[in-house]
Amino acid sequence: MLVLSGILIIVAGFLLRFNPLLVVLVSALATGLAAGIGPLDLLAAFGKAFNDSRYVTVIYMVLPVIGLLERHGLQERARTLIAGLKGFTVGRLLLGYLAFRQITAALGLVSVAGHAQTVRPLVAPMAEAAAQQQSGEDERDEEAAAMAAATDNIGLFFGEDIFIAIGSILLMKGVLEGYGISIEPLHLSVWAIPTAIAAFLIHGLRLWLFDRRKSRR
Amino acid sequence: MIGLNLVYPFAGLIFLAFAASSLRDRSNPKRFGNAGFYALIALSLVAGDHLGDLGNGVLVLGLVAVAGFGLMGRGAAASTSPEQRSEEAARRRNRLFVPALIIPATALAGTLAFKQMPTAVDPKQATLVALSLGVILALGTALLWFRPRPMTAFDEGRRLMDGVGWAAVLPQMLASLGAVFALAGVGEVVGGLVGAMIPQGSLIGAVLAYTLGMALFTIVMGNAFAAFPVMAAAVGIPLLIQGAGGNPAIVAAIGMLAGFCGTLMTPMAANFNLVPAALLDLKDRYGVIRAQIPTALPLLLVNIALLYWLAFR
Repeated sequence: MLVLSGILIIVAGFLLRFNPLLVVLVSALATGLAAGIGPLDLLAAFGKAFNDSRYVTVIYMVLPVIGLLERHGLQERARTLIAGLKGFTVGRLLLGYLAFRQITAALGLVSVAGHAQTVRPLVAPMAEAAAQQQSGEDERDEEAAAMAAATDNIGLFFGEDIFIAIGSILLMKGVLEGYGISIEPLHLSVWAIPTAIAAFLIHGLRLWLFDRRKSRR
Repeated sequence: MIGLNLVYPFAGLIFLAFAASSLRDRSNPKRFGNAGFYALIALSLVAGDHLGDLGNGVLVLGLVAVAGFGLMGRGAAASTSPEQRSEEAARRRNRLFVPALIIPATALAGTLAFKQMPTAVDPKQATLVALSLGVILALGTALLWFRPRPMTAFDEGRRLMDGVGWAAVLPQMLASLGAVFALAGVGEVVGGLVGAMIPQGSLIGAVLAYTLGMALFTIVMGNAFAAFPVMAAAVGIPLLIQGAGGNPAIVAAIGMLAGFCGTLMTPMAANFNLVPAALLDLKDRYGVIRAQIPTALPLLLVNIALLYWLAFR
């Protein structure tokens, strides 16, 4: 039971707003020592896993392009474009983006869009501009920006599991095989479809309500 | 063969440029901290495979020391003013979208093309290779078009990077914590606890324990991949598949998706929830999570219902 102390440290650290990197390291230390792993072995295990998961940090290589384009007015142009389109609303924009993200993710094209490469430069400024136009408020609409980021995540999560070669499918196949249950990846990906449809309907409904709320003001 | 062997050093060089740009940013009182942090990430990306496990561990200690002791800051953004941007946007019009769209377009076309050339490009890394190529093409186009000074693109990129700050390595830290948890057997203990809470012979109890366990364990770990082997071993396989005769494909697939609902609700999934809030300069660092919870909770209910109705026919 002592090995669960790491989980408590994580929860408490986040609630007390300590620096999360420090919290994670202390949690790893507590967990490892509770399980009787030596400090050096622990540091090596941590370092190995850190090195193995570098692919998540690679995405920041898009920032010089995005920053340079912003310097020359990309976000402003995205806003102007939206302002010129009649009948364009934040809800319709994000619904279209949700469909695009789910479909491309289901085809295995997960890196085509994302927070750094599409949401920050294009989708979020467009969503903010549309929402501001609908509500008639001048202030930055952070809610619309947050909704744009949320829509990206939801589209990705509930699209990618339909693709048969994605990591989660391979993980499930591997775990089941460990118990002598053999399953084709296709049979796993097919059962991701009902949830994908439900995700589209639920989030789509929320986007529609969000749209109405923005327009009414 | 082109794969991570080229993608990692390329990303590393960009972080090295961020470090150099930080050093020159006199408006940031903590510029040495930022520069050191980015330089360590650059070192990890360029030379991580040659440092050894312990060496990488020491590198992580360095990153945590810089971030944990508050040695990172943000300078006054030395970029163009809103007026200049509006003026340029009006002049350059929709052509501004071209370099921005080169990245997703190349990522799309490249992924499809590279999968056809398994000898030239590592098929497993086709997406990341295509994405890197997209960045190179877009950066080249933008440089030829705007003709900025050599460091300008990296100064602008670093301006965005400073907004993300230490959160950039949090996903990697959490993945490493997951590895330590696995080594220490945390999953088995959690799985045992969940298993012990199920009323004897109750199918709906087992379904609830499995799906809610997936969501909750994912909230704690920030990653459904860490939760799945545990909940499958504790509830999914012994009770739902072997005990109640559930269809293994449905039990596995929907269980994983219940975990994804948890991913939407936790700061531990930093790259999906905290990093975008930083990238978008939101005042509320939990703004993205708040926007996701009203979708995640009903979707979790749908997953519970789908599993209960579909898996046990």
